[in-house]
Amino acid sequence: MILTAVCRSARCTYDQGVIDRDQVLHVARLARLALTDEEIERMSGELPAILEHVERMNELDLDGVEPTSHVVALENVLRADEPRPSWERDRILDGAPDPSGGAFRVPSPQA
Amino acid sequence: MTDVLELTAAQAARQIEAGELGADEYLDAYAEAAAGEELNAYLWREDPNGGRGGGRDRPADAPLGGVPVAVKDLFCTEDVPTTAGSRILEGYRPPYTATAVRKLTDAGALVLGKTNLDEFGMGSSNENSGYGPVLNPWDRRRVPGGSSGGSAAAVAARLAPCAIGTDTGGSVRQPASLCGIVGLKPTYGAISRQGMIAFASSLDQCGTLTRDVADAALLLRAMEGRDRCDSTSVGIEGGVELPSREDLEGLRFGVPRELSADAEGLEAGVSAAFERALGLIRELGGEVDECELPHAAHGLSAYYVLAPAEASANLARYDGVRFGLRADGDADLLNMYERTRDAGFGAEVKRRIMLGTYALSSGYYEAYYGRAQRVRTRIVEDFAGAFGRFDYLVTPTSPTVAFELGARTDSPLAMYLSDYCTVPMSLAGIPTISIPAGLAEPDGGGPELPVGLQIAAPAFAESRLLDAAHAIEGAIGFDATPGLGGG
Repeated sequence: MILTAVCRSARCTYDQGVIDRDQVLHVARLARLALTDEEIERMSGELPAILEHVERMNELDLDGVEPTSHVVALENVLRADEPRPSWERDRILDGAPDPSGGAFRVPSPQA
Repeated sequence: MTDVLELTAAQAARQIEAGELGADEYLDAYAEAAAGEELNAYLWREDPNGGRGGGRDRPADAPLGGVPVAVKDLFCTEDVPTTAGSRILEGYRPPYTATAVRKLTDAGALVLGKTNLDEFGMGSSNENSGYGPVLNPWDRRRVPGGSSGGSAAAVAARLAPCAIGTDTGGSVRQPASLCGIVGLKPTYGAISRQGMIAFASSLDQCGTLTRDVADAALLLRAMEGRDRCDSTSVGIEGGVELPSREDLEGLRFGVPRELSADAEGLEAGVSAAFERALGLIRELGGEVDECELPHAAHGLSAYYVLAPAEASANLARYDGVRFGLRADGDADLLNMYERTRDAGFGAEVKRRIMLGTYALSSGYYEAYYGRAQRVRTRIVEDFAGAFGRFDYLVTPTSPTVAFELGARTDSPLAMYLSDYCTVPMSLAGIPTISIPAGLAEPDGGGPELPVGLQIAAPAFAESRLLDAAHAIEGAIGFDATPGLGGG
């Protein structure tokens, strides 16, 4: 068993090489994707195959190895907080699918 | 008239400056070629009858004065459609231009067109574009590579003198290899990412696709530099020298077995062309020896956690609210997000969002993302160790020549293996170039197709990298051009 952590919630069980339909739906919901049945079916097969390849990392002894999130050494620097003009509101709203009253209109969260 | 299309960008700029070539004549020749293209390389083209060509009035003595550049459609261009190859951004016109593009036009270049790509840069064949695949000019039944496939095909097919692209795991180098041109991925941080639509922010870097090494230097010189709008950009200290070296006396070249002889899926023809290139390096006075990158074989595994994880966060912004597509209909807000993203994203983008979301989800973070970050550390250390003994590392760019359309679309993993040799350098953030090393038949027979030689150097050693690449390029003397009729 390669996975070192297993999510215990009922909708999120992992057996090696298997990601069931409920789990695909759970991840799709987290990712804000409404997948079709066909897509769910395909993901259930493809994701475990990719993860199996990824899990080859587990052959390596990585104890005590620091993680790398960024390869260039950077330091935080501060700059003067000087106000400068921002975008014109209309310029930004131009690209929006449904601008209204100087804002982005969206459907109600509880339509 | 066709011979102006054979000039490199540097040659054309020189002739324009000397008054031997008219900037308008040069631009018109390319605008005409681009307008008649049949490779699906462009998603948008400059109007050949003039119009917004801001560079037409530039002084002829600017370093890129009068040179048209094809720009991967992942770079924002003010008021010019910018799609990222995705239907979710169809019709989007950004309010600003990416820093890299602006620096090119400041140097006198003109944006000739926006090139096709794998959606958001995710792919190795250009088959993941929301606007159809790009065809390889050497054989139209084959892919140009990806994700900067439109840029590579355009430069190879004389539809642009030079182009820019982006490279996250090989997206400049691999298509350059498959199309028989030069592709440079600079050090992470050399060029600003501002206005470059984000895929995996710790890996994405702007790169160049050109006919020769000198043109790569010319474009890099114009684009590199710190940018206050990208706090990870640092530029290249001391700038970029134009390459002039013709020998390799005293230089040491390491050949990592893991990414050459032992590379997964290495074709016999690619291997033979690579060996010939090593012979030429020796003839030029270079020392060639084996070296080890013990963790390089795990690069792909780490990459396919890190890149999708970063992508899943970056692509959260496409939600149908502020720009691009919105799925219409009666829906509440959550449902609108979900349906918009399902309608707007293609299969590979969804796959990577799912993979990344899974890898970052509660309970799995350390097993996947944390581990992949530690493998990345090992790979960075491998390269640091190798550069203690060697000035450069050389490998084939792609294990194979250009493959047929559809050959890898059924298997995500087979497609991912296209990046086997290019991903480790991306994880280490080091500058790497692919130059044409000759032609080879694919395994199983077929037309002779370009092979790429990949050369890597330590971070920010671009000038040295370009110098060596220039010397090797001269010795290889690659002068084949695509027949353009193929297939």
